[in-house]
Amino acid sequence: MSENKTITMIITRQDHPDESSYEEKFEIPYRENMNVISALMEIRRNPVNADGEPTTPVYWDMGCLEEVCGACSMVINGTPRQSCTALVDQLEQPIRLEPMTTFPVNRDLAVDRSRMFDSLKKVKGWIPIDGTHDLGPGPKMPESKRQWAYELSKCMTCGVCLEACPNVNSKSDFIGPAALSQVRLFNSHPTGEMNKSERLQTIMDAEGLMGCGNAQNCVQACPKGIPLTTSIAALNRDTAVESFKSFFGSDQRV
Amino acid sequence: MAGTRGYVNRRLHSLLGVIPIGIFLIQHLTVNFFATRGPEAFNAAAHFMESLPYRYVLETFIIFLPLLFHAIYGVYIAFTAKSNLSNFGYFRNWMFIFQRITGIITLIFIAWHVWETRIAIGFGWAELNYQLMEGILTEPFFFWFYIVGVISTTFHFSNGLWSFFVSWGITVSPRSQKIMTYASIIIFLAISYVGVRTLIQFAYGI
Repeated sequence: MSENKTITMIITRQDHPDESSYEEKFEIPYRENMNVISALMEIRRNPVNADGEPTTPVYWDMGCLEEVCGACSMVINGTPRQSCTALVDQLEQPIRLEPMTTFPVNRDLAVDRSRMFDSLKKVKGWIPIDGTHDLGPGPKMPESKRQWAYELSKCMTCGVCLEACPNVNSKSDFIGPAALSQVRLFNSHPTGEMNKSERLQTIMDAEGLMGCGNAQNCVQACPKGIPLTTSIAALNRDTAVESFKSFFGSDQRV
Repeated sequence: MAGTRGYVNRRLHSLLGVIPIGIFLIQHLTVNFFATRGPEAFNAAAHFMESLPYRYVLETFIIFLPLLFHAIYGVYIAFTAKSNLSNFGYFRNWMFIFQRITGIITLIFIAWHVWETRIAIGFGWAELNYQLMEGILTEPFFFWFYIVGVISTTFHFSNGLWSFFVSWGITVSPRSQKIMTYASIIIFLAISYVGVRTLIQFAYGI
């Protein structure tokens, strides 16, 4: 009975970054407990489309296969999410797979998320702790703060929040919610806090924090449940205070 | 330094929408509401506003310049968004799109409204009194044009007030943002009533 069952997939494909995309339909044999990746692996094993014509295997990106690396994000039935945790039994058929539109396509479903990593560099998304000598242990962090900061640290730079954001598109340079929330994460760390003002300055422009239009899709779409909009609102407060300090002067600036 | 300019522009856009434009809107609707007490009451209130000292300074710095900046920068903001309601039909995403649509409608409405009233009065083509508005609003097309325009304006202000509270970091927690959503709905209903009630008075005399 189950041997005759098939899964229908319609995949948006693209052979080269500069070429236009096209759709290809696949019928693959059903197995129990499949996820989208094991279905794609089945196509790779036997690259024949629904018309029975041999084709090139569909290309996609993947890493951890347990929703912590963010590499396998794609648009599945209209929703951006990780293909490793997208279970075939829970998806409506035909399953439509598309690459995320916010990023340039490398090939088929694999996109280039470089802009997200560039944003992390822009916002100084790290804590500078290296010195020429042992700086000793850092200040301690209150447990209550550690708990919410841990939630922010779950970000895997998967790109789903950028895909969901109406203000991240070809007409704007908005860096998106992910990198902004990382500013809040590193500013919450007792050692990272020493560079708080420096980090806030990096997002005080139209491409940074001001690119947000409060549509709040990001917080709904985030697979890790990160409170992205709370981070953005908190940064709105921090940068407002920072503007006053830097314009009118304070004891932090001579 | 283009980055800093972008930051200041956006902050200014958010601030001006509430102070002074939002405050002016409420004042304007309130003064107009005198119409419900009859033409004499409206004329008295309107003439009081008209005879305020250094009126041109007030008009320029409280109304025209902030409004121009908010409108021009707002059009830029509206057209850098790309709607994705089909895949993300969440309440806030709808509000995001409505905010941009009502912004454009409000701009068209206010441009026409200023032309027909303040500029016409300034050039002496019309006189500021109850009959001016009665003449405009007894035409069914303009009555509905004003209904759409006024509701669009009150929506844009109420929802914009919600965004203002987020943009300045006043409502940070999801709970405070939710309560502000309810507050903004109440504000929307209240000032829409004030505006629409006045329009009905001018159009139908009731």
